[in-house]
This record gives sequence, structure tokens and C-alpha cells, in this order.
Amino acid sequence: MPTERVNTGLARMLKGGVIMDVVTAEQARIAEDAGAVAVMALERVPADIRAQGGVARMSDPDLIDDIISTVSIPVMAKARIGHFVEAQVLQSLGVDYIDESEVLSPADYVNHIDKSTFDVPFVCGATNLGEALRRITEGASMIRSKGEAGTGDVSEAMKHIRTIKGEIARLGVLSADELFVAAKELQAPYELVAQVARDGELPVVMFVAGGVATPADAAMMMQLGADGVFVGSGIFKSGNPEARARAIVHATTHFEDAAEIAKASRGLGEAMVGINVSDLPAPHRLAERGW
Amino acid sequence: MTAGAHPTRRIGVLALQGAVSEHASMLSALGAEPVLVRRPEQLDGLDALVVPGGESSAVARMAARVDLLPAVRGCIDAGMPVLGTCAGLILLAERVVDAGALDGFDRIGGLDVTVRRNGYGGQLASFEADVELDTASMHVAFIRAPIIEHVGADARVLATHDSRPVAVQQARVLAAAFHPEITGVDRLHRMLLSLID
Repeated sequence: MPTERVNTGLARMLKGGVIMDVVTAEQARIAEDAGAVAVMALERVPADIRAQGGVARMSDPDLIDDIISTVSIPVMAKARIGHFVEAQVLQSLGVDYIDESEVLSPADYVNHIDKSTFDVPFVCGATNLGEALRRITEGASMIRSKGEAGTGDVSEAMKHIRTIKGEIARLGVLSADELFVAAKELQAPYELVAQVARDGELPVVMFVAGGVATPADAAMMMQLGADGVFVGSGIFKSGNPEARARAIVHATTHFEDAAEIAKASRGLGEAMVGINVSDLPAPHRLAERGW
Repeated sequence: MTAGAHPTRRIGVLALQGAVSEHASMLSALGAEPVLVRRPEQLDGLDALVVPGGESSAVARMAARVDLLPAVRGCIDAGMPVLGTCAGLILLAERVVDAGALDGFDRIGGLDVTVRRNGYGGQLASFEADVELDTASMHVAFIRAPIIEHVGADARVLATHDSRPVAVQQARVLAAAFHPEITGVDRLHRMLLSLID
């Protein structure tokens, strides 16, 4: 049975890699073949959820079974925030990670899933340090900054990773007596806040998500200190998914090498069309789901 | 292992993807200087190399774009000590059963074992365990780990779990199906340093 160390450990094995959203087994095969470290199974990519509206839910178990039997890399799947039965179902299907995700319609506007009661690990979104620490307290084994999914606009991803990294850095300069108030303000347990202040990093791996659409976007997130990158609509809503997937993987590996990023950026065809986050009315901003 | 008895050892950590910083920290704690390796020329002048865990199919593809793994094999053939864990074991193994997503991509090879990727199953089958190395046990993590199905004549079993081989040695190559770095066990890293001339 996986322990907490084994579950946070799997996320460590994914570091430096790209996790790609897929809605079919064929897309999962393309993702694996491009060098993805894991795939995220969902019913519709965020750009389509945005365009089509309606309630977005966990994928059909048949689809998840198909994807698990098609690829050898870890398979993640999304459950709605607070939908603990979707999580039970995903665990019973044998997925390797569950994403309790704001991209789907929340099932509970008050509580998140008590992730500590599951054997399977969870990844959760966060827009700031307090949110990340609350998810870890509930049992998340991995964090992804939320960004704004389905937009192809990297500005929110930028804002969230800078916010989280900045808040961690600020904890490091506080004196011991100030950490008690910091914990109150972050609305997170003191012990966890003190640990982050001491270590200068979260106790779990943090990837970036939400709006990464190009090799340069991915490399920028890595330069800002992300452990890896989730790419949702950015690949399979682009003109040439195979080439773009490969290119984003290459730029994530060689994120400090501008010549390699340039090489990866050539001839990829159309990027996803994208939506400017500033044009989105507040109720359509997915990052505001979860608290 | 005392620093100062010899010049600081420069130990490469293959850094395309995976648990890179964990191995680098353990090497630093042992007084060695970790060097991140993403390109073949970064192998020059290293005293030894760690091939960490990660996703072997992703690492093989990332490495192919810069022709890195044949260069690692060249270093091994020239006598460089190497430690591989989990995905590192898979890349070092001469034979991979059911290689699937690794087909058509260079691996390092040369280690006389047959392994099966994800042999224990998915993440729900991952576990921590005590394994026997020589006569002492150590506590390590198996994470979507490969199974060593067969150990050939050129390799010897270093460690076992449930009477199955889980770590092997062949000349200066050490390889384990498990992760010692996740539980902070440094015995294999010490062995790696002791294999340096």
C-alpha cells in the first residue's frame, strides 16, 4: 500500500516533465510518444468546457480504462472539488493520481475531499501559499498552481507561481514569533508554515498549470522555479499536436538554453487560439473555484 | 567517506527529468560535488554518474534528442562508476521485457539483467520496504518499480526483497529497482563513491 512518502515520491519522479491533458486513448498515445511524464484523463479539455459550458464531471470509466491500458506512463484523472465518490471511483479504476480540479464543476462549495483517507495520491490546484498549504493539510501529495485553464493566456499562471514563490520567500525572513501570525493569515497549520519557512520550499512537488501553450511559456515557468508543467488545451487544441507536444517537452528539459527553446519553437503551426484572461468575466474564471 | 582525503569528487546526476535534486543533495551530504548532466559534453571529467528515477520512456526520448545515452555507455565502458535507480535501472538493463514505449529509443544497456517496467503495477501497488543489502537491511521505497526478472552471469545480486533481486552490481555499475533517496538511505551512494579509482 502506498505510504505518504511513496505518494509524494511519485510526484518527485515526474519533476522536469510535462503532464498532458488527453480526452482519448489515441491522444494519450501521442502524449506518451512525445515524452510526456504522465497524462491527465478528462472528458473535455478546459477550452471546450469553457466553450460548451454545462456541468463538467469525472470522465467515463471506460475512457480511463482505455487510457490506462494504452500507455505505460502514470495516468491521472480529474474529480470535481469535494466529490469524494468520484475520487473513490477513480481509485477503484487504478489511476495513479487524482486531480481534485477546479476545471470541473465543483461538487461542494465549502469542503474539499478529505484526501488523507485515500490510498491513491492527489494533486490539487492553488493560487497562493495558504491555499496550497490547506490542500497539503487535507492530504494532497502534489500541488499545481492554477493559472487560468483553457485560455492559452499564461499571465495567470505567472501570477500564481510568482505569488506562491514570493510568499514562501517572505516566510523565510520572518522571526520565529512572527510565524504564528503568518500561520493565522495564511489560514494554515502553524507546524506546516514553520516547516516551509525553515525549508524555503513546499514539502511537496509543485507544477504549474493553466495557460501554458508554447515552448517558451513552459520554459519560463521552469525558470520561475516550477518543478514541471501541466499542459491542457495547449496541445490538442493546436494545429500540430505531435510537434507541439514534443517541442514543449524539449523546452521544459532545456529551459535555461534559449537556443534549444528557439529550436523547439520553430515550425509548430498554429498555437491554440486563446482567450485573454482580462476579457473573461469573473464568473468564468476557473481559478476562483476552490479556496 | 571523508572529504579531504582526495580532491572533491565530481559526480554527475543525469538531469533530464525525475528525482534529480534528491540525489544531488545526498551526494553533497557525502562531500561530493553534484554536477547536473543534460548534454553529452557535460559528462567530461566526471568521477561517477547517477541515473535517477523518473519516467524511463520520457527520459529516453529527451536523451535521444541530444544523443546522451550512447555517451553514458561510452563512459561506463571506459570504467566510470554509475548508480541507476528505478528508471535508471531500466535504462541500464541489457534486456527490457514488454519495453513498449521504449522501443526504437537508445538505452544505456550493458547491465546483464532482464527487467519488466512497472512490474509491481501502478501507484496503488507502490510501497516502502526493508531490503537486505549484504547482511544489513535498509528501508527504501518502491514507486511503480520495475521487477528484475533475471540476473545474468555477468551481474551479481546485491540486495533482495521477498527473495527477489532488487539491486545488482556488475563491475562498476550499481542498479536498484527501488529509491534509496526517498527514504534518505545513502549506502548505495557510498558504494558508488568507493568504486572511484
